[in-house]
Amino acid sequence: MATIDADTVTDAVPRSFLNAEAGLGSWLTTHDHKRIAILYSIGITFFFFLGGIAATLIRLNLLKPSGALLNTETYNKAFTFHGVVMVWFFLIPSIPATLGNFLLPLMIGARDVAFPKLNLVSWYLYVTGGLFTICALLMGGVDTGWTFYTPFSTMFSNSNVFLVIVGVFVTGFSTIFTGLNFIVTIHNLRMPGMSWFKLPLFVWAMYAVSLVMVLATPVLAMTLALIGLERGLGVGVFDPALGGDPLLFQHLFWFYSHPAVYIMILPAMGVASEIIPCFAQRDIFGYRFMVYAMVAIAVIGFLVWGHHMFVAGMSVYAGLVFSILSFLVAVPSAIKVFNWTATLHKGTISFEAPMLYALGFVGLFMLGGMTGLMLAAPALDVPLHDTYFVIAHFHYVMVGGSVMAYLGGIHYWWPKITGKLYSEPLAKFSAILMFCGFNLTFFPQYVLGYEGMPRRYAHYAPQFQVLNVLSSAGASILAISYLLPLFYLGWSLFRGTVAGDNPWNARGLEWQTTSPPPEKNFYKPPVVQQAYAYDRPAP
Amino acid sequence: MNGRFHLLLPSASSLSGRIDALWWTMVCLCGAVAIGVFVVMWAFCIRYRKGRQIDRTLSHSTTPIELTWTLAPLVIFVGVFGWSLFLYAREESPPKDAQTIYVVAKQWMWKVQHPGGQREINQLHVPLDVSIRLTMTSQDVIHSFYVPAFRVKQDVLPGRYTQLWFAATQLGTFPLFCTQYCGLDHSRMGGQVIVMRPQDYASWLRDNGGSATLAAHGAALFRSLGCSGCHGTEASVHAPDLDGIYGRRVYLADGSDVTADDAYIRDSILLPDKQVVAGYAPIMPSFQGQVNEDGLLALIAYLKSTRAPPVNATESTQNGHH
Amino acid sequence: MNAMNASVSEIESLRERGLLEKQFDDPVQQREAATLGMWVFLSTEIVFFGVLFASYAICRILYPQGFAAASRETDMLMGTIETAVLLTSSSLIALGVRAIKLEQRKTAVWLLAGTAALGTTFLVMHGFEYYREYTEQLIPGLNFARGGPYARAIELFFCLYYFITGFHSLHVLAGVCVIAGLALRVARGSFGSERFTTLELTALYWHLVDIVWIFVYPLLYLVGRSG
Repeated sequence: MATIDADTVTDAVPRSFLNAEAGLGSWLTTHDHKRIAILYSIGITFFFFLGGIAATLIRLNLLKPSGALLNTETYNKAFTFHGVVMVWFFLIPSIPATLGNFLLPLMIGARDVAFPKLNLVSWYLYVTGGLFTICALLMGGVDTGWTFYTPFSTMFSNSNVFLVIVGVFVTGFSTIFTGLNFIVTIHNLRMPGMSWFKLPLFVWAMYAVSLVMVLATPVLAMTLALIGLERGLGVGVFDPALGGDPLLFQHLFWFYSHPAVYIMILPAMGVASEIIPCFAQRDIFGYRFMVYAMVAIAVIGFLVWGHHMFVAGMSVYAGLVFSILSFLVAVPSAIKVFNWTATLHKGTISFEAPMLYALGFVGLFMLGGMTGLMLAAPALDVPLHDTYFVIAHFHYVMVGGSVMAYLGGIHYWWPKITGKLYSEPLAKFSAILMFCGFNLTFFPQYVLGYEGMPRRYAHYAPQFQVLNVLSSAGASILAISYLLPLFYLGWSLFRGTVAGDNPWNARGLEWQTTSPPPEKNFYKPPVVQQAYAYDRPAP
Repeated sequence: MNGRFHLLLPSASSLSGRIDALWWTMVCLCGAVAIGVFVVMWAFCIRYRKGRQIDRTLSHSTTPIELTWTLAPLVIFVGVFGWSLFLYAREESPPKDAQTIYVVAKQWMWKVQHPGGQREINQLHVPLDVSIRLTMTSQDVIHSFYVPAFRVKQDVLPGRYTQLWFAATQLGTFPLFCTQYCGLDHSRMGGQVIVMRPQDYASWLRDNGGSATLAAHGAALFRSLGCSGCHGTEASVHAPDLDGIYGRRVYLADGSDVTADDAYIRDSILLPDKQVVAGYAPIMPSFQGQVNEDGLLALIAYLKSTRAPPVNATESTQNGHH
Repeated sequence: MNAMNASVSEIESLRERGLLEKQFDDPVQQREAATLGMWVFLSTEIVFFGVLFASYAICRILYPQGFAAASRETDMLMGTIETAVLLTSSSLIALGVRAIKLEQRKTAVWLLAGTAALGTTFLVMHGFEYYREYTEQLIPGLNFARGGPYARAIELFFCLYYFITGFHSLHVLAGVCVIAGLALRVARGSFGSERFTTLELTALYWHLVDIVWIFVYPLLYLVGRSG
């Protein structure tokens, strides 16, 4: 009789990272990247819904021109909180800290990341920063907008600016250490045979995003520290009454915050590049161009921050330089959209939920990106800046883009992470509902912006009401489509069918281990192939 | 205008037509590409769906196509950038004969000052077809002056002057919004721009004229704040002569030179040691806290109105600047 | 470990002794990963300080004479001695790492202890500097009292001065604590010619702290003193 390996089935439930050790303590002191990923996903889901509640309040209030729900002060705090939470506590960590942490070592054939203890510290930093921010909310909130423009945030706001700054500062270190961990992991822990140009594009995306995280986030940290200094001591570099310069703040802030938006989109591009080849069952179109495009986005992304400041009082010449660079950074994104589309050519395409999310991502990201092109031209940015057009633009790329890709990734790797399959009909329905709800919410905002409705307005001119009501109606549909996955994914944990190692017939080392994987990731060494080797059977 | 929704925003300034041309071109271009990509995506999804028997052999040379769709967007983008460059340069260069009106923003209202002394709050009367330059500053936080119908916008900063210009080409009343978040009542900080026929504008100016022009008000301040004590012709203190200084080149103690514009004059009054004139000691006191933004604009208007004395004039024939 | 691949049993023994973490295949990979990790961390430190230097540069361009006047109020003698102290400490730690590689443990302990001592000296000297500036009323937000044409620029300068030197001193303090701890561990035999990566990387960190100071010193102490 064959000997039974103690790691494989000995009970009804096979041993995996999920049940390797039991008890809350084992989770809170874990060094396993897979468990840390799950810890992150709990926090990220929590902050997503917290930011979503703020969004709900905003859209409800905007049903009437004179404000339907909130007083002005509360509205101002609502949109500030929505921005702070969604940017720093949801979008930036979402894909890298959950999917990245879980999948990166698996995809390169490693047992863990390079610095597992640092990984756990990163999670604790994220939680601590989040607690500070929640404290700020409980103590009355912040009303400066997530961009903290001076001198309002340093000299005029009476809200809990300091607490929020500390929260974001601390969470920034979580981002920096995660990026550091990923860079070293990708450089040093690839298994033998896994050369750079065999890496899946998701790994390349993690690499590019880590470079940006590591080099941009320190700038935010110091800028926030300078704000804290000015607010606390009443002196500083940004106050014009002291001969300081409010524009210096904007330069420092956007020098970080523009690369930050690439931190939000590059992982999403990585996810889409995994899902589309799988559900078209063919190699990605133009692998090398896709790699170079991501690296180009990461690099050029550091050079375009001034396009947030065309009307801020910057010189015309600076504006022109930032404009041409902003047009340039759109070229690699265009290449990627065309390549994803071309991957469908001569594929064998099926439309499971991850594919619906990924295709939705490509379409909505493209629309958002093109409106970004319009904003890159200063002549057009002048009328459109600080209007709902900009809001629509960044929600198209961040929500229609990043969030859809994140959900697509969650669905795609759900069987691998949990070992269970979710309800495919419900998931498809959710994806389509989300696409429709999203467009109904945010497309009217393009029109609103063109018509001249400014952003951050608790009250608006009556002629803007129809489009606002339309947008709020869409938001209610969108909200349902975000709640549905919570239910059917949660349900699948208890009642879902067992997934098997490779339910999608995908390629990639993570599909060569069990679902869920064992604590050490692989029972036997995986076989390294060309990336996306769909022309051959899965090993 | 207020309360009625138009799908097409009125095009009410000399440049708004050109900006709209670029806008609609971009909309059509982007729309065409979007539709193209969507159509191709749908076509591929249907044509190559699972279960359909069709030839799926892949060609391996992808580089020519990739280069095409790298270079084609690049060329188009550079073209759009070039178009935008000329338009933007135009937007940012007021014509030399533009009439200046001063705007001071504060939480949460717009204070407008015409050179003739007329003052308005949250309203701006302008004549039709005349280039108007707005010189703006803020008393507190950053605001932004935005008139959608003119397609103009400019952030208004504390501690410095920013400007925007337009020439209104349609009669009527157009909304004005503050569009840089500035605190509690940011969304109520709006107003109207009222474009009138030149004759009507002239009578409006007459009917609303203040007791003194802005420059006269500035002259009075020049006396009452004590500026003439050092800068006047009878002063014993060695201080630069300010007649006709506006727009002149000024040589500074550190060897550089600047043009005496609005910002220079404002800084000289509030932060005199920032740019010390060559040959003078840095003894001018700061007037921070003694003069507000309105007063500063009046002083600037006054200094603009003075003319430099003739080169060979003796003291007795010099034009007094009082 | 030398460049030859260690055998499976050697790897197992290293893991059992806690010298090879489970995510690494061999000690060479572990050391390379740790080194790259430290270099990436140091590049983030450069960006951190870079923002402060950029703010300083912009403010100095705006107020050249004011900054020169302010810089003349700093204690150049102290600053110079602090520079010498830090540079010496850097050479001590470099020699210490070399000593460990040559299995000269006692020498290494003294060198590391000396580095920590010099770092502490640096901090104490800074403390005296701050105290002197406090008595001369040069602390913005607390007791700043300077008039004259350059008052504002001097206040701005000292804001940046305290932020930059304070931030730098925090890094020195962290380094001193770690190096002192390492000196103890070397004394107890935790490191040797086969195991010194932690020391090497800590030395790298200390060198960065030193290099940052080499930029801080002329920018803050030497402006306006050349004539």
